[in-house]
Amino acid sequence: MLKITKYVLIDILRNRILLMYAIFLLIISLSLFSLEEDPAKAVISLLSVVLIILPLVGMIFSTTYFYNAYEFLELLLAQPLKRNTILLAQYIGLSTCLVLAFLFGVGIPVLIYYPNEIGAVLVFAGVMLSLCFAAFAFLASVSTRDKARGIGLSLLFWFYLAIMYDAIVMGIMYAFSDYPLEKIVVLFAALNPIDLARITVLLKLDISAMMGYTGAIYQDFFGNWKGIVFSSLVMAIWVVLPLWLSVRIFNKKNI
Amino acid sequence: MRIFKFFFFFLFSGIYCANARTIQVCKSCEISNLETAVELAQDGDVIRIQKGTYNINNLEINKKIRLIGEDFPILDAGFKDDGLLVTADGVEIYSIEVRNTKRGNLKDFSGIRIDGADNVIVWGVRIYNAFFGVYLSNSNNALIYGNVLVGIAPDQTSSGDGIRLWKCRNVKIIKNYVSGHRDGIYFEFAYNGEIKNNKSIKNLRYGLHFMFSDTNWFADNLFTHNGTGVAVMYSSHITMLRNGFYQNWGSASYGMLLKDIKDSRIQQNMFKMNTIALYFEGSSRVKVDSNSFMENGWALKLLSSCSQDSFLTNNFIANTFDVSTNGTLFLNYFHENYWEKYTGYDINKDKIGDVPHRPVSMYSMMVENMPFVIFFMRSFIVDLMNKAEQNIPSITPENVLDSAPRMHAFKYNASSS
Repeated sequence: MLKITKYVLIDILRNRILLMYAIFLLIISLSLFSLEEDPAKAVISLLSVVLIILPLVGMIFSTTYFYNAYEFLELLLAQPLKRNTILLAQYIGLSTCLVLAFLFGVGIPVLIYYPNEIGAVLVFAGVMLSLCFAAFAFLASVSTRDKARGIGLSLLFWFYLAIMYDAIVMGIMYAFSDYPLEKIVVLFAALNPIDLARITVLLKLDISAMMGYTGAIYQDFFGNWKGIVFSSLVMAIWVVLPLWLSVRIFNKKNI
Repeated sequence: MRIFKFFFFFLFSGIYCANARTIQVCKSCEISNLETAVELAQDGDVIRIQKGTYNINNLEINKKIRLIGEDFPILDAGFKDDGLLVTADGVEIYSIEVRNTKRGNLKDFSGIRIDGADNVIVWGVRIYNAFFGVYLSNSNNALIYGNVLVGIAPDQTSSGDGIRLWKCRNVKIIKNYVSGHRDGIYFEFAYNGEIKNNKSIKNLRYGLHFMFSDTNWFADNLFTHNGTGVAVMYSSHITMLRNGFYQNWGSASYGMLLKDIKDSRIQQNMFKMNTIALYFEGSSRVKVDSNSFMENGWALKLLSSCSQDSFLTNNFIANTFDVSTNGTLFLNYFHENYWEKYTGYDINKDKIGDVPHRPVSMYSMMVENMPFVIFFMRSFIVDLMNKAEQNIPSITPENVLDSAPRMHAFKYNASSS
């Protein structure tokens, strides 16, 4: 397993696309921090990068990589190796690369310009989202043999989680606005890793508004150590669940 | 003018006391308790209290005397009743420490209670663990200067205020430090007051509270970490200058709450990191100029019940929401403010943006009507909606706009610290 991971790692690290992605993130972060007078504002802009671009790039890259390395995968499958070992090894290699790129592109600038709790939470959210969307990409990739359909599926995942989900939840809230929905909203947040990451960062960032009387509910729930444990746990579930599903599908799959 | 009046007052009392007798009080002196000292004293005398602890129990000072402590002697009320009760005009209390009044609701137990006495001076006094700190009723022209009042209020219902005024005129409250009470400073039916350079910190309810108190002036005060900030209600002709409102956080917390305030002026104040920096309800003809609003949840909540308020040359920087309102009726006026969120341009380089700024975003209207949508803050969908709304306003009131937004922030000095 370690050997496969090593090969995947070396293969991706030699890949120019990932290097470009890392440098692109670095340029964005550095320019945001140097353009804005107030580093907190740069963090707000970085937050939208982390919430929108990071999942998108992570997903597209992972899906493409999976299909491009299909021959290597077939070669491995011919060896006396367990299927889930192969898939997990590939996942670990790929997600490690994505996380490394993110840490290089965003983690280092944050460490230089904004080394505090908010920065740490932002970087943590980014790492978790990278892991989570790599897992989603694997789920999309193992579901279909066709590359175009696989990429289409992962784009659909991204589109749903990043944009559609909020619109749907907003519609639901609008329809049921006469009811006390404050607590249910916490559940809605847990059902989408992007929202969960956003709320976790916001509770540190927009603290004045979040102390307001509805914000206080999230503050109460997510603000203390139980909330941090809860959100980390749910994030971990969002990594493990798609990964587990893809392993299951992959094990039964007719290659 | 005001300062001169005080100067003369001090001078006058100084001359007066030069001819007066001095009564020494200490544990080993001839007179070892305060009751006897006050009994023996005549108008114009000085009672000097040496360092030590003295038990008092609602000690009434009904003569025009000066009560002066040497290095803060402790006057302990032993949780029995009030501390000192001043009923004579022109009493001066200086450099003592009053402790441990009774707590309860039968009476407003206070460290120093001034009842129906004019021209009283309380200065350099420490009051610890009192129900009410200094309580003035029916007393005019008092000076409360440089005192420290620290309470340990457990909750709002069983605690009193730091400095409380009831039916007073021309009272000056300067350079006091108040914390751990229910309200830091509370004015009820108090007119012509002057509140300057005070610090009101970590009080349970309001740092400063006004009710039916017209024509008051407060400047250079600092209000931080109070339960619900500062509340000013049912008053007119209030002037607020260079005050600092910091970190009044919580689910019902305001930097300053204005309810039914008329003809007042709010100038050069600093509002930083409050949940709601400035809240207006039913207020009219209030002029808000040259203030800075920074890093607040809501910089300004302006309900539709307000009219003819004007907001000029303020800074709105890094607030989550700049302005929010609850309806489409809007009768107030914004002009030449600096809005950090402004995205317009300035072609003719006169430092004033060429397109008007609409400070109320669609999202802030939504949050006002459905508070739980705060869940979507900074999400992509909200950005989309705000952009769409900016170009084609439909929900936001169309006439909430600053027709001449400034391109650069004003540089105002940070207020009192």
